[in-house]
Amino acid sequence: MTATLLIEQLLNGLQFGTMLFLMAAGLTLVFGVMGLINLAHGSLYMVGAFAAATAAAATGNFLFALVAALAAAALAGALMEMLVLRRLYRRDHLDQVLATFALILIFSEGTRWVFGSFPLYLDVPKALAGTVRIGSLSYPAYRLAIIVIGVTTAIGLWALINRTRLGVQIRAGEADREMIAALGIDIARLYTIVFALGAALAGLAGALIGPIQSVQVGMGEPVLIMAFVVVVIGGIGSIKGALAGAILVGVTDTLGRFLLPVLLGTVMEPSAATAVGSALASMSIYILMALILVWRPTGLMGS
Amino acid sequence: MTRESLLNIAVLAGFLAVAIIASLSGQPYLVTLATKAVILGLAGVGLNLALGYGGLVSFGHAAFFGIGGYAAGILASAAQNYEPLMTWPMELAGTTSMPIIWATAVIAAGLIALPIGALSLRTGGVHFIMITLAFAQMIYYFAISWPAYGGEDGLSIYVRNSLGALDTMDPLTFFLIAFALLLLVLALTFMATRARFGLALAMARQNPLRLTSMGVRPFRVRLAAFVLSAMAVALAGALYADLNRFVSPSMLSWQISGELIVLVILGGVGRPLGPVIGAAIFVLLEAWLGHLTDYWQLPLGLVLLLVVLFARGGVIGLLTGRNANA
Amino acid sequence: MKRILTTAALAAILAASTATAAPLKVGFISTLSGGGAGLGIDARDGFLLALKQAGDAGSEITVITEDDQQKPEIGVQLADKMIQSDKVDILTGIIFSNIALAVVPAAVKQDKFYLSVNAGPSQLAGKGCDPNYFNVAYQNDNQHEAMGEYSNTLGYKNAFILAPNYPAGKDSLNGFKRFYKGELAGENYVKLGQTDFAAEIAQIKASGADSVFFFLPGGMGISFIKQFSNAGTGLPMMGPGFSFDQDVLPAVGDAALGAHNAAQWSPDLDNPANKAFVEAFEAEYKRLPSVYASQGYDTALLILSAQAKADIADHDAYHAALKAADFPTVRGSFRFGNNQHPIQNFYAREVVKRDDGVVTNKIVGTAFEDHVDAYAAECPMK
Repeated sequence: MTATLLIEQLLNGLQFGTMLFLMAAGLTLVFGVMGLINLAHGSLYMVGAFAAATAAAATGNFLFALVAALAAAALAGALMEMLVLRRLYRRDHLDQVLATFALILIFSEGTRWVFGSFPLYLDVPKALAGTVRIGSLSYPAYRLAIIVIGVTTAIGLWALINRTRLGVQIRAGEADREMIAALGIDIARLYTIVFALGAALAGLAGALIGPIQSVQVGMGEPVLIMAFVVVVIGGIGSIKGALAGAILVGVTDTLGRFLLPVLLGTVMEPSAATAVGSALASMSIYILMALILVWRPTGLMGS
Repeated sequence: MTRESLLNIAVLAGFLAVAIIASLSGQPYLVTLATKAVILGLAGVGLNLALGYGGLVSFGHAAFFGIGGYAAGILASAAQNYEPLMTWPMELAGTTSMPIIWATAVIAAGLIALPIGALSLRTGGVHFIMITLAFAQMIYYFAISWPAYGGEDGLSIYVRNSLGALDTMDPLTFFLIAFALLLLVLALTFMATRARFGLALAMARQNPLRLTSMGVRPFRVRLAAFVLSAMAVALAGALYADLNRFVSPSMLSWQISGELIVLVILGGVGRPLGPVIGAAIFVLLEAWLGHLTDYWQLPLGLVLLLVVLFARGGVIGLLTGRNANA
Repeated sequence: MKRILTTAALAAILAASTATAAPLKVGFISTLSGGGAGLGIDARDGFLLALKQAGDAGSEITVITEDDQQKPEIGVQLADKMIQSDKVDILTGIIFSNIALAVVPAAVKQDKFYLSVNAGPSQLAGKGCDPNYFNVAYQNDNQHEAMGEYSNTLGYKNAFILAPNYPAGKDSLNGFKRFYKGELAGENYVKLGQTDFAAEIAQIKASGADSVFFFLPGGMGISFIKQFSNAGTGLPMMGPGFSFDQDVLPAVGDAALGAHNAAQWSPDLDNPANKAFVEAFEAEYKRLPSVYASQGYDTALLILSAQAKADIADHDAYHAALKAADFPTVRGSFRFGNNQHPIQNFYAREVVKRDDGVVTNKIVGTAFEDHVDAYAAECPMK
């Protein structure tokens, strides 16, 4: 194993982590502000990917596809919030789990109804195809772009929350829900905006991942579960925690898949090491989450 | 007698009537559907103990459902292949006897639920939902990648396990076995929730501080509820494996955890028979909508959404117009 | 999803037989909803197309379709329903091996014929073979074996091989290794359902491999092809036919061009029956048929051929009629071996772009002629 390979794997973990962050940020924001647990967040990711694929097929322009994905996911999110979710803020988590579980069914089958049962085509934009050289390492340009967009989004989100009027309202909403009403802020509007923002982030993640994965019905649920792991590890409601959790999960998962079979290979025969190693690797992030929660029941940066 | 008690008796009698009439009129598949509803209802009753009475929203009970299923699958396949279950530290043979399988399923699930519950209960709220999910996912991926018992392919049982001289392959007989177990578990949970344990559990949910001041640690009460609930769900899992004569990791998937929650809420949280009614409705919807359209999960989602938005207290709440008395 | 079919079209590939046939009820259990629905829908569409083309002979066959949701336990429950309530004579339609393993053993024990349109798990080909079970598609290892064999022709000496960590994944890599003669640069099992392969691709790059063979079903394969072509390794890709079939290719486009794969059928396979099938399928459904569609189509033709010869009430005669496999297959040649799995050719295909821009497969060679699966010898049937 060379240093180059290790660096490449760390970059892969980072790229996976930034993607998870885009998903987790919306989830944790919605939970922090509205106290809502949203299982249908993965559906918004799917909406983003499908919108991007449709727009790219129609125009051939990837930037336009990204915009379409952001708009479609934000719109779907706003509708979801206004029609269904706002009735659930005062309910317990159980009702929220059921309602958003139902939304998954509706979104998945609705998408299949409109787009058919086969995966859609979406490719990496020409400008970002191929690889770039970093020292002795050649790395896919598109994955590097995902890292850049993810980091930029994280900074933008930080600025939004800490430097803008909306950010003040969001933070006030997290701290004390009654207070923002007293301040004369239109809570219903604030909630819709926050939810649409979270949805747009999920849509962005879907659109970014679409070109290197399969744009198909059901693509959101595995990512949703990973994003939940991230949110819980980071501490529910904390954007900083989501960032830390996302990088931690991304790197753990990537390095686990890569290193566990190698490490086990030193103590058992190769084929058994591969089998056991990959079995352990597929459980690694859940084990990580359980360990962290046992150590800190509210997550790394939870209160 | 309250309206809910009357409804409960009517539902149980209705189940029995549907199964017997369907069997007599030569519609064995209806009996199978009723059996499926009874088994899922039993799992729901188990989950309700944690979810409804204990306020512990577990999103990982598929783990126990699957453990029950695998207990049946592993014991039966060992017996059918005449292979010992283990040779060390002692030689153990498989079995096709239902009572032994049930006991194994319940004990295994209890032993696994104990550490999972103890660790998970250190957290609360959404964290609890997610950590139970994490444990279930671990077991799910373990089952998929572990080759010994079929992995993703699952395990076939071929012939249903045996209970004395009964012909368990006969749909009505198997229905009656499942139904009897449902009644037994219902009676046990009814007694438990009326006993001191139930009162302590309700108090642990509503006012843990007061419980502590009475010298009872809420943690222990909750843990007991979690473990008992897991054991009941495992019993249902063992029956479900026998119903299908097959067990696979899909019984452990998070969708099953979700569906079990759906059953409980659909019927009415914290009501003794809520999950049974929820299961009946769910199975009927699945069978009926499936005949209408390829995209049947769309209307199913809409129905669930309407229930949660407009029928608080589930279907029982709708029918009896009262809040849950648990 | 119950749809009683009453087809009235008259076009016929099958000669209008003397029609001794009694009405027949077929239960078609397949994956028709959720992420894996594309394969089931293709198999069903191919199946129904053949019946429609058969005209009167087809309209004597009642097909009951149900959706297994890609869940084995639902498959079992539907099979129970079809046998107990609908009283079907023949079951077919299952795509995924784990569902077939749950359904088939119980169904054949109740003396129903099961004809597999796709799944061919090894358990049912060897010791677990059964007179009532016919596989009209392939044994699961076959396409991997064929690709292993053809990789020698392609001159690959140091392949990296990759599959999900589940039984079919292990069968796949074992099948490939059974015929591949070169060295292995690496062997990797990934999590079932995994969609990001950056870590594995980095390992492939670092391993010094001269080619990569992978079996990754559904969305996993689509993701891998896109990511691999984007990683700029320049290494050739190869896989079983279903990793590069008509459900996958439209979604990956140019990323798959040049990849080699092996299958028992290809849309450009040169025989009259196949030409007619591809044309009719495109006309009916406005898309190219996949290998699943061809298998569904052949399965229906097999049933029609048995209907023309025997009455389902006479189980032994019907069995003999099925076993004869006397139908105009789109694969050119087809017969059943002792374990009632196909003995057929496997072709090496290459992914190409047609002049009209459609990405599809072209046959470039023959990997096996009259290939018998590896488990046939373990089957006690003659």
